[in-house]
Amino acid sequence: MIGRRNKGELLFDIFNVLFLISLGLVTLYPFVYNLSISLSTPGEANQLGLHIFPHQPTLDSYGKVARSPDILLYYWNTIKLTVIGTIVNIALLSSVAYPLSRRTFPHRKFLTFLLVFSMLFSGGLIPTYLIVKNLHLLNTIWALILPVAVSAFNVIILRNFYQSIPQELIDSAKVDGASELRILVRIVMPLSVPALAVIALWSAVGYWNTWFSALIYIKDASKQVLQVFLRQTVITQDNSFIGNMLSTQHQIVVTPETLKAATILFVMFPILLMYPFVQRYFVKGVMLGSIKG
Amino acid sequence: MRLGDMPTDKLSTGVRDSGGTFAGKARSGIARRASDQLRAYKAHKELILILLPGLIVFLVFAYGPMYGLVIAFKDYRVVDGIWGSKWVGLENFRYLFDSPEFLNAFKNDLIFVVLKYLFEFPAPIVLALLLNELRFLLFKRVFQTVSYLPHFFSWVVMASILFMFLASDGGLNQFLGAIGIHTDNSWLLDPGKFKGIVVIGSIWKSVGWGSIIYLAALSAIDPGLYEAAAVDGAGRWHRVRHITLPSIMPVVIIMLLLSIGQFLSVGFDEIYNLMTPTTEPTGDIIATYTLRRLFGLDYSVGAASGLFTSAIGLTMVVISNRIVKWYDSDQGLW
Repeated sequence: MIGRRNKGELLFDIFNVLFLISLGLVTLYPFVYNLSISLSTPGEANQLGLHIFPHQPTLDSYGKVARSPDILLYYWNTIKLTVIGTIVNIALLSSVAYPLSRRTFPHRKFLTFLLVFSMLFSGGLIPTYLIVKNLHLLNTIWALILPVAVSAFNVIILRNFYQSIPQELIDSAKVDGASELRILVRIVMPLSVPALAVIALWSAVGYWNTWFSALIYIKDASKQVLQVFLRQTVITQDNSFIGNMLSTQHQIVVTPETLKAATILFVMFPILLMYPFVQRYFVKGVMLGSIKG
Repeated sequence: MRLGDMPTDKLSTGVRDSGGTFAGKARSGIARRASDQLRAYKAHKELILILLPGLIVFLVFAYGPMYGLVIAFKDYRVVDGIWGSKWVGLENFRYLFDSPEFLNAFKNDLIFVVLKYLFEFPAPIVLALLLNELRFLLFKRVFQTVSYLPHFFSWVVMASILFMFLASDGGLNQFLGAIGIHTDNSWLLDPGKFKGIVVIGSIWKSVGWGSIIYLAALSAIDPGLYEAAAVDGAGRWHRVRHITLPSIMPVVIIMLLLSIGQFLSVGFDEIYNLMTPTTEPTGDIIATYTLRRLFGLDYSVGAASGLFTSAIGLTMVVISNRIVKWYDSDQGLW
């Protein structure tokens, strides 16, 4: 920023940097602590100290967690949910946003109003649960996908994006005999890849982080997702989960603390992995959202 | 005057519509609108087909529950279904407002709302202002990237980390011990500290991401304004007060309005995941109260508390938007 460099301003700048650095460190410390514990031996985990990095790092805990049969099942369930959910999400969002983006579409204003109003008022938890129940979607993956698949907010963002595609382009495709579906899939969507990519990423993160709907809709442990497993392992300490990991098939002794820490990292892992690469798309997405009509 | 002298345009065209004849005039009004409507449908029939599946899913899950809200006024029994259940009017609401459990949750909710707006709402703004003053772009970028990260994890992950960190033998106490403050507080089991921890934890997770939109607004401010101010001798504080803050006011107001709709459900994720039986009395909010109704199969009361929440949220948004518009009609959500 432009400004006169006098002593007062310099002092401020120094304090600002120091303050932000400490803020950053404080923000990171719980994560670092967690990582450190997950890599520690049980003995070291119990010691007093700062736990930035263990003196005797070990991957025992990770091995224990990885070898537990349940976690692979939950990982798989969550991956399934994320992939199917994101595809369904993009398909449904596009199929609603595209017609609404055409100025001559009948009842366009009314439908848009319905969308906006649903963002301001909702039926609430119990009525939604009853709907899912009455549609016999309880305990299925669809209960985790459909209720959130057509989010009004995303429809509007996508609609605005599609609106910028000139009608002439579409009309000339129609003259060539293309059906609307073909136009949507072959022309409109490819042209909207920036917006679609951001929405797809958000959707994927959202489905990966699903915990609440799985908590209320999924009854079978075999269909459960990763976040609920994590919740029960670390937060509610339902030991029926940990029990599996503590089985003495291999002579490795790990305390629950190191196990818990490793489990947390396991769940965080995919997001940590892709974060550096896709981070800027998410940031751009915020901009997209702020152009909402 | 004779018939032939009258201007003929009034007789022959009548209304300029399909046909352009007298017969066309008879088809004006509702019948014409209906046939125009049908024609519009036919012209867009492919688009309508494409729209239908998503629209149905949307209507079922966004408006279906609104219809189900009627059970808030009934004594819902699963066997009777929505229609068969007995109508009880405001009985469920009377129950709510007589219930110490609900009133406690309501009270906590209001306290959390105040805390959130006092601390959590301004935090990203302050952070954005501070980041904006940085000259070292690399540091700024690195810091930003790091600060966004907590936003991408679920509150299950964040709460798990906090449970480990704030345990009596956890990271925080270890750190305090290392600098000479010996304590074995079990931070998350202390009712008195719960609200503070929730707010701080919430800021921890959201401040980085929240600052993005304010940083964008800040970078849109014309640097010429600052130059002019500097020439006039304005110090940094002066510049912030008279240029920066007023320039980002519109964004702040929009963010404020958008958040007001969630008025009574603020913080459900973090509160539910951080709550333990010992902290339930100070942590319970209406949303967690409603969730317990679900688990307890107490559907009617749960629907009533949910309706209460949604109604208040809607009212708050409408009122706030009115207030904003009265102040400056260009701003506001609609």
